Amino acid sequence: MRLAEAWRVALEALRANRLRSLLTMLGVVIGVAAVVALVGIGTGTKQQIEQQVEGLGSNLLIVVPGRLEAGAAPTSSPLTLDDVEAVTRIVGDRGRVAVTISSGETVRAGRNTGFASMQGVLETTPDVFVRKLDRGTYLTRTDVSTGRRVAVLGAGTAKSLFGERDPIGRQITIGGVRFRVIGTFEPLGQSLGVDRDGEVHVPVTAAQRLLGTERIDGLAIRAPDRDRIDELSANILNVLTKEHPDTDFSAVTQEQILGVLGDILGVLTGVLAAIAGISLLVGGVGVSNIMLVSVRERTKEIGLRKAVGARPRDIGTQFLLEAVLLTTTGGILGMLLGGSAAILVDRLSPVPAALTWWSMALAFGVSAVVGIVFGVVPAQRAGRLDPVVALRTE
Amino acid sequence: MSAIVADNVSRTYQLDGFEVPALRGVSLTVEAGDYVAIVGTSGSGKSTLMHLLGGLDRPTSGTLLIGGRDVSTLSPNEMAELRNTTIGFVFQSFHLLSRTTAQDNVGLPLVYRGAGRKERRARAAEMLDRVGLAHRMTHRPNQMSGGEQQRVAIARALVTGPSVLLADEPTGNLDSATGQSVLALLESLKDDGVAVVLVTHDREVAARADRQIVMKDGKIQ
Repeated sequence: MRLAEAWRVALEALRANRLRSLLTMLGVVIGVAAVVALVGIGTGTKQQIEQQVEGLGSNLLIVVPGRLEAGAAPTSSPLTLDDVEAVTRIVGDRGRVAVTISSGETVRAGRNTGFASMQGVLETTPDVFVRKLDRGTYLTRTDVSTGRRVAVLGAGTAKSLFGERDPIGRQITIGGVRFRVIGTFEPLGQSLGVDRDGEVHVPVTAAQRLLGTERIDGLAIRAPDRDRIDELSANILNVLTKEHPDTDFSAVTQEQILGVLGDILGVLTGVLAAIAGISLLVGGVGVSNIMLVSVRERTKEIGLRKAVGARPRDIGTQFLLEAVLLTTTGGILGMLLGGSAAILVDRLSPVPAALTWWSMALAFGVSAVVGIVFGVVPAQRAGRLDPVVALRTE
Repeated sequence: MSAIVADNVSRTYQLDGFEVPALRGVSLTVEAGDYVAIVGTSGSGKSTLMHLLGGLDRPTSGTLLIGGRDVSTLSPNEMAELRNTTIGFVFQSFHLLSRTTAQDNVGLPLVYRGAGRKERRARAAEMLDRVGLAHRMTHRPNQMSGGEQQRVAIARALVTGPSVLLADEPTGNLDSATGQSVLALLESLKDDGVAVVLVTHDREVAARADRQIVMKDGKIQ
């Protein structure tokens, strides 16, 4: 029997029971669509976060107290501005060192109230983290050394406090203390559903006074030379450990952050795909079930085909192709549906989604495999039917 | 070479652990151009014999040669090939594919010898013309009368050029006038050297055959 003929017979059989074929296919359509859409969302999120981290630059070194391990206890920071000076001496350039002390604070301008992440920082922050201003100016070295109460607003905070008005030169209060707005940032958008524009940058000294502390949370260094980043990191940790022998410190580079985030998001995407895969499996069971029904319904036809010379393999192939045709058609429809869903999510919601050729190919391949796996038992059963018994069936 | 040689053929079925003999030591020979009727009451073993002669089943013991080949030595695939090349079947209930045209029904056996669509349709058209149904090519079974359907079935049985045509109660579902014309068609095959073996319980139908084989209790009387 020619394969083209077998395809034609399979297609004809599916056409004969249009509604049934369609409903059976639906299980596979939903399964494949779910896999494609969820993997798309997982991949899109991963790409977005990688871009954000890569935007930090490749030679950024972040130093925080505590161990960066799963299950490590949170460590309170013993770091002070004296430590920052020591680190600056090692780096050799004040412009390459940034610090932060952050605290969630209520901010107010006139009648408008909001909640923002207050960041106590040095004037170096825009250079170290590559941040762009939308309006006004950033903090100056004098602002930091004198603890002047001036603030630079994130795009979100600026909008919630001032709407469309220009905030430059206006007064706000942070935790009840008055600050003057001198600049605003360009919007950053969201990351993992977290709004990154709800922040207020103030001089680290002013923040420390507001919070009644001498401490800072951590610091970041933009290394001048990428090749010596490990050496620099070791020197910094050495000095900090000497100063604070009771505390562990960790220094991480952009690559390490990317690696960890990539692992987490990879697992997340895998879990999503696996859950979606379960529905594909259920769809496959449906295909198997319908194929068994189809074999039973067409017992007489099988008997006749055998009587006129069909070999067991011819009959088996015919039914296997029927199952594969069901699932691959479902697979193509599912790819279109899942792909459209991912594109819609990307366009219409803050959740990013990216379609990758491999997730489409995988979903299609899996649907074909599902057809073969779940079609093989009905097909074998059909192929092995005794023609004498089959012809007698009414 | 004889079309079919059966020597002391027996067929026993296993039913719930019991051995049920359906055929007990049947011997017969069918030559090319023979027109043989197998008659007997229901349960006499005539259907079992027809299944054996058609290569749909194998004997439990004894030797059966179809087209000179000993069926006990053949694999399932070789049996399928044997049915395709040597045997043509005509059934009481026609067994046509209901969604398929007369032409494609007739061409069906050629599918399993790898013939292309064009060739199948051409040969099928020839056969339909021969059974007087050239005007019914694109009709589906439900658009044809019983007699026409049985003619389509006969055309299908002949399309592969078999040496034996096995007909199981071919007139059983037809009125007597239509039955007569179907029988006339079967009789005309003698001239082409096709051996016709007709299974029937109808004495009148059997009487038209050149030879009658009467079955009773799994034996030839």
